[in-house]
Amino acid sequence: MTLLRIENLWKDYHGHSVLRGVDLAVAPHEVVCLIGASGSGKSTLLRCVNLLETVDDGAIFLDEEEITSPRADADAVRKRIGMVFQSYNLFPHMTVLDNICLAPVKAHGVPRGRAEEEARELLTRFGLADKAGAYPDRLSGGQQQRVAIIRALATRPRLMLLDEVTSALDPALVAEVLGVIRELREGGMTMILATHEMGFAREIADTVCFLDEGVLRERGTPEQIFTEPRHERTRAFLSTVIASRRL
Amino acid sequence: MPAGTVAGGGRVKSARQVERERLRRRRAYRSGSVASASTIIFLALVVAVVVNAPGWERVRAAFFDPAAFAEALPDVVAGFWVNVQIFLIAEPLILIAGLLIALVRELRAPVFFPLRALAVMYVDVFRGVPTLLVILLVGFGLPALRLQGVPDDEVTLGVIALTLSYTAYVAEVFRAGIATVHPGQRAAARSLGLSHTQAMRYVVLPQAVRNVVPPLLNDFVSLQKDTALVSTIGVIEALRQAQIYASSKFNYTPYLAAALLFVLLTIPMARFTDYLAARTARRRGA
Ligand SMILES: Nc1ncnc2c1ncn2[C@@H]1O[C@H](COP(=O)(O)OP(=O)(O)OP(=O)(O)O)[C@@H](O)[C@H]1O
Ligand SMILES: [Mg+2]
Repeated sequence: MTLLRIENLWKDYHGHSVLRGVDLAVAPHEVVCLIGASGSGKSTLLRCVNLLETVDDGAIFLDEEEITSPRADADAVRKRIGMVFQSYNLFPHMTVLDNICLAPVKAHGVPRGRAEEEARELLTRFGLADKAGAYPDRLSGGQQQRVAIIRALATRPRLMLLDEVTSALDPALVAEVLGVIRELREGGMTMILATHEMGFAREIADTVCFLDEGVLRERGTPEQIFTEPRHERTRAFLSTVIASRRL
Repeated sequence: MPAGTVAGGGRVKSARQVERERLRRRRAYRSGSVASASTIIFLALVVAVVVNAPGWERVRAAFFDPAAFAEALPDVVAGFWVNVQIFLIAEPLILIAGLLIALVRELRAPVFFPLRALAVMYVDVFRGVPTLLVILLVGFGLPALRLQGVPDDEVTLGVIALTLSYTAYVAEVFRAGIATVHPGQRAAARSLGLSHTQAMRYVVLPQAVRNVVPPLLNDFVSLQKDTALVSTIGVIEALRQAQIYASSKFNYTPYLAAALLFVLLTIPMARFTDYLAARTARRRGA
C-alpha cells in the first residue's frame, strides 16, 4: 500500500539532468527525509511531486493515480498536497489569519466562518493564537515558518512536502519549528522532508534517502544510513557533514 | 515638574535624555532657519537676474499683464474644467484597460495566443506613436470613416485617443509590477491549490498594484498635462481659450494663466506621490 510512488523520474534544466531516474515509494503515515549535498536535487524532487515543475521522464502516482499525466488536473492534485518552503513565502499583504484561510475558502470552498474557526484552532495548538491579526513582517522567522506550516495544514493535505524549512532560521528558532513537525508526525501525517538537520532526520524519519547528483544512491532506516552507510558516496557525504558539525 | 520631562508610561526622563532632546530641538530649529534663509536668497537672485535681463520690459508687458490676466481668467478656468473632465473620464478607463492588457499578456495557455499577440502589438504600436499623432488620427480619421455609432464630438474623440495612448504605458507599468512580485509567492499560492486566476487575483495583483502606485501617479500627472493636446482637434479647453485670447489681444498673459492652472492641479498629485513613496520607504525600513 503506497500513498506516493515515483518511478524513474527525470528532470532536465537546459539539457542538464538534475534528477536521473529517481524511484521512491512512500506509505501512508511514513516520514521520509531527503538528505544530500546542496544542488543534489532535493528541492527539484519536491517541486516535481507538487507539479510546480513539469517532469522530463518517468511518472509520479498519488493514491495510484498518475499525477504527471497531462490529463491530470494539476490544481486538484496540489489541493491534496501541502508544501512548505525554505523562505516561508507568506503573503505579506495579508494577516496571519487571512494567509491561512485563503486556500480553504477560495480553493476548497470551505465557508469563511468555519475556515477561520479551524485556523484559530491550529494557531492555538501551535502557540500562535495571539498572532492571528498580525502581518507576516511583524513575526520572527520561526513564527513565520510555523504559520507557513499551519497554512499548508489548513487545506487538510494527504501529504506534506517540507523543503529545508529550518535552513533560514537562527539555531534558537529551529527547535520550535521542529517541534511542530514532530507533532505532525504524531498526528500520522505523511511527509517528505528535505533537510540539512541530520540529527533531526535521524530522530523523525522512518526512511532516509540519500540523493547524490540527481541519483537516489541509498535508502534505509535512519539507523542503517547514519551508522552503517553502504554506499561509498553516502559515507563521504556524511563525513563532510560530521566535519562541519551538523550531525 | 517642567514640561517634557515625563515620558509615556509616567517614567521620569533622566537629565541626560532631557538635555539630549533640548539639543535635538535646537538643531531642528537651526536647520529650519538655514533652509528658509537659503531659499529666500536663491529666489532673490533668480528675480534679480530675470528683472535685469535686457528684454525684461517687453516680456513683462506680453506675459505679466495683470489686466489681461483678470480678463482672460474666467474663460481659461471654464476651459480648464473641460481638461479636468477629460482627465477624470480617461483615467479610470486607462486603469481598467491597462490592467486588462497586462493580465492578457500574463496568460500562458495556448488558446489565448491570438489575444496575447494582439495585446503585444497594441502596446508596441501605441507606445511608439506620439500622443499628439494619435489624437490627430483619432480626432480626424475616426469621424471620416462615417461608421454607424462612431462618436463625432471632439471631447469624446479626445478621451478615446488619450485612452488608447496612455493604456499602452499603463499596461507596461502593471506588467512591471507583476514581475516584481517574488516567484515564491506564486509558487506558494499554486501549491495551496489556488488556480492561476486565483493566485493572480488574491496573491500577485494586490502586491503588484501596491508596487506600482508611484509610477502610476506619475503617469496621471503626465496625462493631466496632455489633456491640453486635444485642443488640436478643436476642443475648447484651457490652452485653446488662452490661444483665442492671445491672438485677439496680442498678449500672452492668458498662457500664463493656463500654465498656472495646470501646475495647481499637478502639485497635489506630486506631493501625494512623494507621501506614498516616503510611506513605502518607512514600511520597508521597519
Ligand atoms: N529553475 C532552474 N533552472 C535551472 N537550473 C535549476 C533550476 N532549479 C534548480 N536548478 C539546478 O538543479 C540542481 C538541483 O537543484 P535543487 O535546488 O533541487 O538542489 P537542492 O538539493 O535542493 O540544493 P539545496 O540543498 O542547496 O537546496 C542545481 O544544480 C540547480 O542549479
Ligand atoms: Mg533546496
